[in-house]
Amino acid sequence: MNASAAAASVVSCWSCKGPVAGRALFCSVCGAVQGPGAVDHFTRLGLAPGFDIDLGQLERQYFGFQRRLHPDRFAGKSPREKALSQQQATALNEAYETLKDPLKRAAYLLAHRGRPVDLTACGTINDPELLMEQMEKREAIAEAESLDDITRLSAEADAEVLACQCHISAAFNAGDLDAAGHLTLRLKYLAKLAEDARSRKARIARAR
Amino acid sequence: MLLQLHEPGETPGPHEAEGGLAVGIDLGTTNSVVAIARGGEVEVLRDGEGRGLVPSVVFYGEDGQVVVGDSARSQILEAPDHVVSSVKRLMGRGLEDVKALAGTLPYQVEPAAEGGMVRLKVAGRVLTPVEISADILRAVKARAEEALGKGVDKAVVTVPAYFDDAARTATKDAARLAGLDVLRLVNEPTAAALAYGLDNAAEGLYAVYDLGGGTFDVSLLRMEKGVFQVKATGGDAALGGDDIDHAIAEHFLAERAGVLGEQPITAGEAKQALMVGRIAKECLTRQPQGEWMIEVDGKPSRHRLDRAALDALAEPFIARTIAICRGVVEDAGIDVADIHGVVLVGGSTRMPLVRARVAEFFGRPPLADINPDEVVAVGAALQAEALTAGSDTLLLDVTPLSLGIETMGGIVEKVIPRNQPIPVAMAQEFTTYQDGQTAMAIHVVQGEREMVDQCRSLARFVLRGIPPMAAGAARIRVTFTVDADGLLTVAAQETTTGVEQQVAVKPSYGLSEEEMAQMLRDSLEHAREDMERRLLTESVVEARRATLAVKSALAADGDLLSEGERQAIDAAIEGVEQAIAASDRDGVDAAVEGLEAATKGFAEKRMDRGIRQALAGVSVERLGDALGDGPQGD
Ligand SMILES: Nc1ncnc2c1ncn2[C@@H]1O[C@H](COP(=O)(O)OP(=O)(O)OP(=O)(O)O)[C@@H](O)[C@H]1O
Ligand SMILES: [Mg+2]
Repeated sequence: MNASAAAASVVSCWSCKGPVAGRALFCSVCGAVQGPGAVDHFTRLGLAPGFDIDLGQLERQYFGFQRRLHPDRFAGKSPREKALSQQQATALNEAYETLKDPLKRAAYLLAHRGRPVDLTACGTINDPELLMEQMEKREAIAEAESLDDITRLSAEADAEVLACQCHISAAFNAGDLDAAGHLTLRLKYLAKLAEDARSRKARIARAR
Repeated sequence: MLLQLHEPGETPGPHEAEGGLAVGIDLGTTNSVVAIARGGEVEVLRDGEGRGLVPSVVFYGEDGQVVVGDSARSQILEAPDHVVSSVKRLMGRGLEDVKALAGTLPYQVEPAAEGGMVRLKVAGRVLTPVEISADILRAVKARAEEALGKGVDKAVVTVPAYFDDAARTATKDAARLAGLDVLRLVNEPTAAALAYGLDNAAEGLYAVYDLGGGTFDVSLLRMEKGVFQVKATGGDAALGGDDIDHAIAEHFLAERAGVLGEQPITAGEAKQALMVGRIAKECLTRQPQGEWMIEVDGKPSRHRLDRAALDALAEPFIARTIAICRGVVEDAGIDVADIHGVVLVGGSTRMPLVRARVAEFFGRPPLADINPDEVVAVGAALQAEALTAGSDTLLLDVTPLSLGIETMGGIVEKVIPRNQPIPVAMAQEFTTYQDGQTAMAIHVVQGEREMVDQCRSLARFVLRGIPPMAAGAARIRVTFTVDADGLLTVAAQETTTGVEQQVAVKPSYGLSEEEMAQMLRDSLEHAREDMERRLLTESVVEARRATLAVKSALAADGDLLSEGERQAIDAAIEGVEQAIAASDRDGVDAAVEGLEAATKGFAEKRMDRGIRQALAGVSVERLGDALGDGPQGD
């Protein structure tokens, strides 16, 4: 870290008014909890940014930070400390919820790299090939009657989700953000399909 | 990899010295329980006869006398109009809700003037469910104080996981009225899981099935090394043993009408019939059949019931609980087979039919080696100790219901979906639909349905001062924040101009701040002193924080000060300490301000040194527990 960046990263602790690192959780002098600050989700959880993350490690980091920052640790503290801890815990929850889900993680990473995709664009699929494929599969799932059929379709859908995640990972690793964006959109539809298949399977299993 | 960090701020404060003890309270529909944890050992606080359960029943005498518990319950038959039971079912509810429950609840309702929370007529008085619950809490608090021989003024209070925001707020208000500082509202199944998990060192995915008197909850949790992470929760805040009592009572009354013809029955007789229904149900857990008697208009009739007939009456309710379990398992995206165990909570899980259905659905016999009546209070007590004395366990709970806003056409736009880990904050943007629109009505609702009228109305407010613009040009950003108690706050801002409005939220089924203040004045003998004491405590907590911060700073950077500067700061600290000792709030506040002023120059010198050191390349790590410097390094 160069000197001016180092100086810029020093802020004043709200409690003891002394210097504290901009990204510190607690002041090293007086111990007061600090605000969550504007860091990305990966940094917040102490992870290297990237699509490939170890979910076990993500969880350990999340629990570890929550253990120290959750409002339950600040029940007897001053209102300001309570409020800051709530903000910290809120930020941790948001980071964890985003990173643990491959779809949200991919979308977040794309935005982080300056190439956002719009996943909320309601239902419209612009890619005719993807559209055809989706329609056919959706129909097959809706029409499946036997448990064997739906079990097979559901397993296929799950496998496609996994395959798509692998492709997204490869695209990010190759630095191909266009492909990653495309695949992320595809993952959204595949995930929806897999979910439909799962609930149809549950319904058929129950009816037996 | 987590950095190993010292935690200078983590030393628990001197809570013991700060007044009363902290207990855990399960405020149940049928029974309430209070417990205390000391050093991880939990004691359920009992009366002289060893009873841990306080029936959540209140008797109001003509002379203003209030009796809670077993003696109140014994009055149901003698003076039904003076007794209120199952008041929890009315928490945070409006008149319309109660009408919807009509019949199941033999209350005399006062048509509230303008919406708001329902009010009951009891023994010539008009009372809100909050006040009645406060009476129960006062009795529970008194029991604890008697058992402990010490004052109790702090509590963790449990609520059904599926309680909505209005009911949670009502519960917190009731505790305040009873003179209890609520450390945290904890969801009942989560409290049960905490008690069960810590006791059995349970690891893995567990389901908690809680069927009490008035509410049903089911939560799926992961328990691992002291972390209790709720994955999904579901339930019905108006489904419980009471419904089965009601079905039995109806059945008996129908039998009777078949023989004696239809007769009008009074609210008092209805209460009696419900009580007979309950007794019959509980007996049939132990015995295969029996005979019971009800009385209307002085004429008794006898009714036989066996377990098969009871099961037929109870089946629709149990089927509903299983359907909810199925939904929760699906929400969590897991397979039933992945669940390691099912913990049963609540008196109604004693019913053989419930055990059979639960075992069938989860594919394994449920764990029932715990006391289903007391486990929730035990968990609450453990959490109360964790919050006051410190602990390493972590409870991570979720929102039970989606929160949203009414948009055009009465459609709900969800802002926070259900099963989100709390605390959580999420925002959504809305816009105006008319040219020149300067105000926007915001209606906050809770529930899973798409249409507003099928969801629960929580609050309404109006955002004013929007600069006139073309329709659709304004950007109104509405932020929902849910805290660790599961309580919601809402803020609205027009983002193109930054107009932020202080918005007054009018709770649809709650008590307004004024009503609350009035009740506090009316109900607490020492309301004034109590309020003063609370404010003083707040000031003292802040003053301690400020002095500790300065003392730490002196220890670290005291060398920056001249003799005289040092003396001035020491004197200011001394001033704060004297003010604390004198228990004078204004004095404390003034002394803290004095301390701030006296340390201003010191703070500047410290910042200068910090920046100089950073420029000289001293690790920023010295300047605090760095976040996220783990894997990447500095
Ligand atoms: N032996 C039994 N057989 C059947 N039901 C029983 C038995 N014992 C208690 N119950 C029922 O359990 C219910 C009370 O349970 P519990 O005390 O757990 O409820 P609660 O905590 O007061 O209610 P909630 O949790 O819904 O607010 C009552 O409906 C009661 O009739
Ligand atoms: Mg209960």
